[in-house]
Amino acid sequence: MNPFAYHTPETQEEALALLHEHGDNAKLMAGGTALVIMMKQRLVVPETLISLHRLRGLTAVQETNGSLQLGALLTHRAAETAPLVRAHLPVLAETYRRVATVRIRNVATVGGALAHADPNQDPPVTLLALDAQVQLASVGGSRTVPLTDFFSDYYETVLRPDELLTAIRVPIPPPHTGSAHIKFLPRTADDYATVGVAATVQVDPATGTCQDCRIALGSVGSTPLRAQQAEAVVRGQRLTPELLREVGAVAQQQTDPISDTRGSADYKRAMAGVFVRRALEQAWQQAQATPS
Amino acid sequence: MTRTITLRVNGKEHTVEVPVQRLLIDCLRYDLGLTGTKEGCSVGVCGACTVLMNGEMISSCLTLAILADGAELRTVEGLAQEDGTLSPVQQAFIDHGGFQCGICTPGMVTAATALLEANSQPNEDDIKEWMMGNLCRCTGYYKIIASIKAAAAQLRGEAVS
Repeated sequence: MNPFAYHTPETQEEALALLHEHGDNAKLMAGGTALVIMMKQRLVVPETLISLHRLRGLTAVQETNGSLQLGALLTHRAAETAPLVRAHLPVLAETYRRVATVRIRNVATVGGALAHADPNQDPPVTLLALDAQVQLASVGGSRTVPLTDFFSDYYETVLRPDELLTAIRVPIPPPHTGSAHIKFLPRTADDYATVGVAATVQVDPATGTCQDCRIALGSVGSTPLRAQQAEAVVRGQRLTPELLREVGAVAQQQTDPISDTRGSADYKRAMAGVFVRRALEQAWQQAQATPS
Repeated sequence: MTRTITLRVNGKEHTVEVPVQRLLIDCLRYDLGLTGTKEGCSVGVCGACTVLMNGEMISSCLTLAILADGAELRTVEGLAQEDGTLSPVQQAFIDHGGFQCGICTPGMVTAATALLEANSQPNEDDIKEWMMGNLCRCTGYYKIIASIKAAAAQLRGEAVS
């Protein structure tokens, strides 16, 4: 690893001032579980490292105006065990619980994972299906970006060099909504998935038809994906085996996987269809089973 | 570029000057001579380098030493009593065959110690989920699970078979 200038801001303002000063030459480090590996491999060689481990704040979970707000420096472990997350967004708590291992989750942060923008990770997929937004701050002010517009390419986001991701905001789903995240792990439980899918479905209890639906996929493209064409197929429909097959077929056409040790591109595309079908069915059944 | 850092390791305070890019595992092994902690995969997967920082288990191969400035660390060297009496977890690993070739053992007993401090009554699934990040290539996982169950029972004051 190469040496670097090192800063440990204690407030968000100090961190933003350092980012403003150093811009592209600086790298922010939250948990560091991804960044340290990249620095060891010299894939990333920052002149300046700004560690956020002494920064006070940005670790709260708050319920405001029908949404949960997760501070960006919350660890995966804290997110998976937070009572508010478990109560209102059990699918998100469960997604965090199945990332890597306890030892990594003790350190890796929810905001750091999004800024890292690895298309093989699970939380972005569930957060896309939950229609999350991220808050980005700089010395010039702050802005809110829907997660659907946040990822731009492999390990690339719309974050500007002087911006810090400060929070994730997730709407609490309306009644009669079911949600699921499932992943295909042919090797080990802590591995990256061959494909991961999250789905949310809001069902009209009177008619059994889908009022709203979101489907997202991971590991099958250069960014985590929303399968919006597949979602359009589902809205207004009732759950039938034919519908599930059609949705799976439409969703897999939106994928663009690469061949690697977790499967060939063709295989991943086929499995994307299968896992969309299963995730959607699971979410739908959960929506119908929800009493209120 | 170097920094002077102060860490408490197994109750003892150390002040060392380290290059900014020094990893915690290298600081422990080469600056402090605590070679009980092992390096396996170097990418946070195998768990051999597990240590407890401020009570939580972490991968010391993914942690910069400068991040541990001011931290309280526990390593495998700090588990036994000062007179050498092994901790209940260490003794159970020997009594129940969890100690095998030895390379994963420091990480295993450190992770198991953290588990039993967080949950005194883990069931088998709790043990498997917690220990999933510690790999044993002797593949003696059943004996490791048996060792942790036995240590948990002993720590609860129950008779051990």
